[in-house]
Amino acid sequence: MISSILIYGLVNSVVLALIAIGFSLTFGISGVANFAYGALYLLSGYLTWMLLKYAGLPLVLAVPIAIAIVGLLGFVIYWIILLRVRGIVLSEVIATFALGVGMLEFFRWKGFVTYEFTLPYFKKGMLLIGGVPVDYQRLFIIGIGLALVLFLYFFTHHTRIGWSFRGIAQNQRTAISLGIEPDWTAALSLAFGSAMAAVAAISILPLGIISINMGYDVLLIAVAVGIVGGLESVPGILVASLILGYCQFITSMYLSAEWMMVVYLAAIVLVLAIKPSGLFGKFKELEERV
Amino acid sequence: MVDQIILKVEGVSKRFGGLLAVDKVSFHAGKGELLGIIGPNGSGKTTLVNLITGFVRPDSGKVFFRGLDITGKKPYHIAELGMARTFQMVKPFYQLPAFKNLIIPLYSPRVKKLRGGKYGERDDVAIDLLEEVGFERDSFVPYKVASSLPHGYLKRLELARCLALRSELLILDELFSGMSMSEVASTIPIIERLNGEGLTVIMIEHRLRELFRVADRVIALNFGSKIADGSAHEVMESKAVKAAYLGTEAEG
Amino acid sequence: MAVRYRKERLDRGIKARCEDMFALSSYREMLYLLLPRVLPVVALLTFPLLKGVVGLYWEKVLVITCAIALLALSWDLMASVGLVSLGQAVFFGAGAYLTGFLNNSLGWPCFLTIPCGTVGGALFCTFLLLPVLRLRGVYFAIVTLTLPLLFARFIEASKILGGNEGLSALSPLPNLWFELYVPVLAVLVCLFGFRRLINEDYGLVLQGIRDNDLAVMSGAINIYKFKAQAVFVAGLAGAFVGAFMTHYYRFVGMPAFALDYSILPLTCAVLGGVGTFAGPTLGAFILVPLSEALRTFGTLRVVFYSAILIICVVGLPEGIFHYIQRKYHQFERLIEVG
Repeated sequence: MISSILIYGLVNSVVLALIAIGFSLTFGISGVANFAYGALYLLSGYLTWMLLKYAGLPLVLAVPIAIAIVGLLGFVIYWIILLRVRGIVLSEVIATFALGVGMLEFFRWKGFVTYEFTLPYFKKGMLLIGGVPVDYQRLFIIGIGLALVLFLYFFTHHTRIGWSFRGIAQNQRTAISLGIEPDWTAALSLAFGSAMAAVAAISILPLGIISINMGYDVLLIAVAVGIVGGLESVPGILVASLILGYCQFITSMYLSAEWMMVVYLAAIVLVLAIKPSGLFGKFKELEERV
Repeated sequence: MVDQIILKVEGVSKRFGGLLAVDKVSFHAGKGELLGIIGPNGSGKTTLVNLITGFVRPDSGKVFFRGLDITGKKPYHIAELGMARTFQMVKPFYQLPAFKNLIIPLYSPRVKKLRGGKYGERDDVAIDLLEEVGFERDSFVPYKVASSLPHGYLKRLELARCLALRSELLILDELFSGMSMSEVASTIPIIERLNGEGLTVIMIEHRLRELFRVADRVIALNFGSKIADGSAHEVMESKAVKAAYLGTEAEG
Repeated sequence: MAVRYRKERLDRGIKARCEDMFALSSYREMLYLLLPRVLPVVALLTFPLLKGVVGLYWEKVLVITCAIALLALSWDLMASVGLVSLGQAVFFGAGAYLTGFLNNSLGWPCFLTIPCGTVGGALFCTFLLLPVLRLRGVYFAIVTLTLPLLFARFIEASKILGGNEGLSALSPLPNLWFELYVPVLAVLVCLFGFRRLINEDYGLVLQGIRDNDLAVMSGAINIYKFKAQAVFVAGLAGAFVGAFMTHYYRFVGMPAFALDYSILPLTCAVLGGVGTFAGPTLGAFILVPLSEALRTFGTLRVVFYSAILIICVVGLPEGIFHYIQRKYHQFERLIEVG
């Protein structure tokens, strides 16, 4: 019993982490809250589905293409829409929010809601771990989660683009004076975040059917995990997803499934009351701006 | 002259990541004094001001104002108690006319308390304050939108914002930087007059000549620590200060 | 040498204003200034009287329009202090549910439930949002986005307050005139009230907090107190709408936290002109009837609002109202150059 809680709880946590990382990354680097995140997540799912069904591409090809397209879309969103309103918090927020809602409701209107919209498992079958049956897809999710974290660590510590991300995140003015272009970095951060949404979508969506409300849920999850862990810190996201993932799973086992979402509400309210910047949040409200 | 201490700073330190911006600085300012703070760029002067006025929380050390421990208090609370500051990078309300800029400090509870009940139209008070710092009333300068004013005027607007609060301690962070010689020459008498009326003034300056003429005492900082503390003459002659500004002779 | 022209804009020169006094030289000028203010007020006040002519359906549209206008005004007040709300529905829902609860469980009449729902809902939301006020502006948007969604889920899961089905068969409003005139009066009160507030020194402080909060803090003003006050007043307007509509529909349920109550006021405000209060009201009176007319398109309307939002935010940030105001007070002409 315990081992199944441990394992499925872990899977749940990795799912949350996968979902939350893209949003946090974009926000932490460029300060842009990408409210279209949920819509991009869903879009990746539909895109992959369409590539598989209409273009007849094999999974191995469809996946990277979908990720690339969504990443590119994130980049384009920045250049076309956000660039003009950069710096004006009001407009930035409204722009991505409107985009997200518009896309999601467009999907709903178009009728992308039937149960034929599913993505295939990567490999069917399951494995016994400690007496608990775990299917390959879920193992795959854990694997992807680990790989992503390692990749991010390597990327931000050992590549030039990664350095410029960290530079801009720490101190934009200094970074600019060192020749790092803030607009390119911000656009790239958006591209990255979106690509990560795609990765998460492709890994997680096979577990169920694609539904429009998932778009809103995903945004909710990304935000909740971010608020609890600290929106600008990757370790924060990981810890928060572990906490929330296990809490959520245990709640769904002993109460009904609907209570899962309530865990988020409770967590957000709690965090806001005690430490608004999140567990690992390094929020220096005033200091950074004087 | 210095019968009471209005500001006591004890061993404040602040570290930003790898940089120790302020390193165990201690000093005090007497009531009615005009204290100067000097030091080369990056010596931590502005951070020190931010620590005293509450915009940045010190890692260690304490700050006492009028005997009260104000360490870590919020900036508006400290301003309410009677300490006002200007910003090195001016922060006016660009969209508003110059005199409307002063409405905001005039709206604060402190001013309500000091001027009592009905204190008359804030607009009139604002215009008068601006005239005090040299905004020519006849040419309607006080009515001009802040974004259209030249830098020297914006600096004096910062000063006027502090004056609106009728504080007991005024901290001027590089007020004279960016001002022309004539503007400086016309602003110094204002500060001297206020100081003469009992207002304690702390001035952070790079323009040493003007500062040394008016300051009662001067403190010098370098790399975050205090390297000199005395009269203007003593500080000017101090070896440490000279080394900080001019460097030492090369070895060999 | 070709003659080139350039546009020149001049004030009409009718307005000469010093504080609250107008220096006018003719009845025509007085009319010019009063008309844009008086006309809409008269129109709004007489429209309900025309119900025989226009039909009950459009009178219902009037009520919905006023509701959305109030939410848009409430949004605009918060935006004036620098807080961007993506979840106006949380105020609506809080007021709605409190009112529904008081009526359903305690049997209070609507004369009691509506005021209590308004104040209670506003207090609840303000307390909830207090910690967020200390953080950067974006955080307020992020948190307000999630709150309506989460509250809806909470009610669904815990099945309190009617759960999925909601609370129905609540007391109706006393009579038709009440139904029509209360929202209209509320809109007028909020519109002119908020405008007055913003033009007073208090409003200057609020806008100062939006534009340059460090300078406001250095002026010995507790910005968090002012932000909280703004949220509370805006919350009163928002919760009032929820409270009123609960008795209007005689029902309160999870749709009280629906996205529509967040995105539609937002669109009205951005379209009309953020910060003007008259703009959001104007936006509401344009978009809501339009939305009712296009009812057949269903969810596509939300896509439409999103498109408007993006276009306005990127292309026409000042909004319709500023544009009209500019045209009204200034005239353009082409003059020769060179």
